Amino acid sequence: MKFDLTEERQMLQDSLRRFLGDRYTTARRNEIIDSETGMSAEIWSQLAELGVIGAMFTEDQGGFGGAGFDIAVVFEELGRAGVVEPFLDSALIGGRLLAEAGQGEKVEKVMEGALHLALAHGEPGSRYDLNHVETTARDGVLTGRKAVVMNAETADLMIVSARVSGDVADQDGIALYLVDKGTDGLTIQGYPLLAGGRAAEVTLDHVRGTELFGADKGYQALADVTALATVAQCAEALGAMETATALTKDYLMTRRQFGRPIGTFQALAFRMSDLLIEMEQARSAVINAAGYFDTDQRDLYVSGTKNLMGRAGRLVAEEAIQLHGGIAMTQEYELAHIAKRIVMADHRFGDTDYHLERFIDLSAA
Amino acid sequence: MDLSYTTEELAFRDEVRTFLQEDLPNDLSEKVRLGQDLAKSDMERWHAILNNRGWLAPNWPKEFGGAEWNAVQRHIFEEEAAMANAPRIVPFGLSMLAPVLQKFGSKGQQDYWLPRILSGEDWWCQGYSEPGAGSDLASLKMKAVRNGDHYVCNGQKTWTTLGQHANMIFCLVRTDPDAKQQEGISFLLIDMNTPGVEVRPIILLDGTHEVNEVWFNDVKVPVDNLVGEENKGWTYAKYLLTHERTNIAGVGFSQAELASVKRIAKAANHNGKPLIQNPAFAARLAQIEIDLRAMATTNLRIISKAAAGGAPGVEASMLKVKGTEIRQEINDLARRAVGPYAMPFASEAIEGTNDMIPDPYEAGPVAADYFNNRKLSIFGGSNEIQKGIIAKVTMGGGR
Repeated sequence: MKFDLTEERQMLQDSLRRFLGDRYTTARRNEIIDSETGMSAEIWSQLAELGVIGAMFTEDQGGFGGAGFDIAVVFEELGRAGVVEPFLDSALIGGRLLAEAGQGEKVEKVMEGALHLALAHGEPGSRYDLNHVETTARDGVLTGRKAVVMNAETADLMIVSARVSGDVADQDGIALYLVDKGTDGLTIQGYPLLAGGRAAEVTLDHVRGTELFGADKGYQALADVTALATVAQCAEALGAMETATALTKDYLMTRRQFGRPIGTFQALAFRMSDLLIEMEQARSAVINAAGYFDTDQRDLYVSGTKNLMGRAGRLVAEEAIQLHGGIAMTQEYELAHIAKRIVMADHRFGDTDYHLERFIDLSAA
Repeated sequence: MDLSYTTEELAFRDEVRTFLQEDLPNDLSEKVRLGQDLAKSDMERWHAILNNRGWLAPNWPKEFGGAEWNAVQRHIFEEEAAMANAPRIVPFGLSMLAPVLQKFGSKGQQDYWLPRILSGEDWWCQGYSEPGAGSDLASLKMKAVRNGDHYVCNGQKTWTTLGQHANMIFCLVRTDPDAKQQEGISFLLIDMNTPGVEVRPIILLDGTHEVNEVWFNDVKVPVDNLVGEENKGWTYAKYLLTHERTNIAGVGFSQAELASVKRIAKAANHNGKPLIQNPAFAARLAQIEIDLRAMATTNLRIISKAAAGGAPGVEASMLKVKGTEIRQEINDLARRAVGPYAMPFASEAIEGTNDMIPDPYEAGPVAADYFNNRKLSIFGGSNEIQKGIIAKVTMGGGR
């Protein structure tokens, strides 16, 4: 048993924390959120240089990490600083799908920070079901609608899932295609997200795509990359929750009412203690998901962790706001963004209830 | 025991329903239903419609132009209005300041200010909280120094709801810096167009502009604008708070929001079936409905007691805590129900200028509402303050 990070991961964590701590202030982030693209190209390339993207890929894929703990370290720091740039969707999901498909040249460009990607998979009727695909593909020509596609506007290349055969909810018969930005028939209707960044509704009207995964491999590729993305999302939420609890602890000991720091009232002190207890649970849950990632228990741990993070995250976000009072409700205060990030993490890759049910099914199997 | 309304109460409910059907403009109820921001003119329009009917001031005595409804009638109206998606009545002049003026104001103040509240000539906001005086309101620092026929005011108020629309603010100010905290406070009416008053917006985490900071720099206020006696303001402030707590349980809002969650959960897909059939979700939905039905009866019990002349005391604190917990839980279910569609930020949709934001369930900005309504357990005396009151009243200790 060993719970310390390797030297390389520790160095990456330290340099990321230092860089983001200096540069990624609340005011800077609010500027980025209000910008047209919802992201900073400067931050993107600086973080790529620091190795953030390289750490998401294995040595075989040309990177220097790629394991569960590499992903967890990177995304915990991105979450701690509330980074809104789409590393999860563009670099991790997009990049790893390309890597799995053996597209080495493109992966290299992703690691340089020079190629932006988006996965267009979810649909208006799919909610969190990975197997629900109504979009059709006939001889590489795609037609359908994709919902809440992260980073769609910035992406140079879009990876689109489409049904080649079978029923709307069959796992078999889903293929993945590469679609170039600006292809005829592709409509992107963009909008900002509540917790920063941008997404879009994507309509495909007879759009020509290049096959990336065939109809017999598409679902598995999606399931694998979603499992990895879920670990990243949980680590990101953990980082954000660390920030929320740290801010709350400081505030309780500085804010004075009735002649003393409010943290000295037992009613509030106990609630802070509850949060700290849940934080230890959350940290261990993320370690579980990362540590069991390359085993046959992957999905059980991923679902268990996502469920726990949903519960702990809601508690931390809501209690952090409540223990602060009105100040936490204001856009200018760091916690406002952080709390939104924590709660919105519940809306990706399946929420608390979704993963509870999945955990029940997997553990009964 | 009889849980049904009397014949008279039922007739009153029908009258309210007919009025809402006939006189509540569709564009206003659509805005409310879709969670869009109401413009100042929207609120003024609804106030004028109610005033025309004589229903704008349900809690005022008839002698001041009110409807003088009893507590059950007020409850019926509030419930029906919420279910019909009527805009909320802006409470600052009508149900906060007015009762204070009616009880403690001079004849001159009553004659001048009360009609202007009904006509909409004045829009009032509340100057209570300060950066250093939130839960501990009595530690407020804004100063008013008497100088001949006026006071000179300096200080800052915060969390001033809809202060950007207001032309008048009622303030708690410190007139005796040497007295014990609660004893040196006075209740002043301040014209916001006076030189030295500055309103600065506070943008909330869902992007809305509801609250403000109000700064006072050597603001001259006529002595005539003092309500009651100097240094007795705390008494009036406490009296006002008992009125702030009417409709505190928000039963009607919860019922309307719960109905919306059910509608979404029937339409949303979960694992190939409607979400409402998912056991985990369905269990939470059922539990909150059970809680809401019980609280609705608690609310009616307390209302009946108040209608019979008993004053709600500690029960109001209990209703505030339970009512806000239930509403916040329903908000949580609503954001869960829409799944990934909780993520789009409908700032433009809230303002009603953009239909680009995808919303397949016509759910409105449910995630933004979830965050915005975290305020419910913070404002109007935080839930922690309410629990302190409950403990103090029932056990003589508390805090």
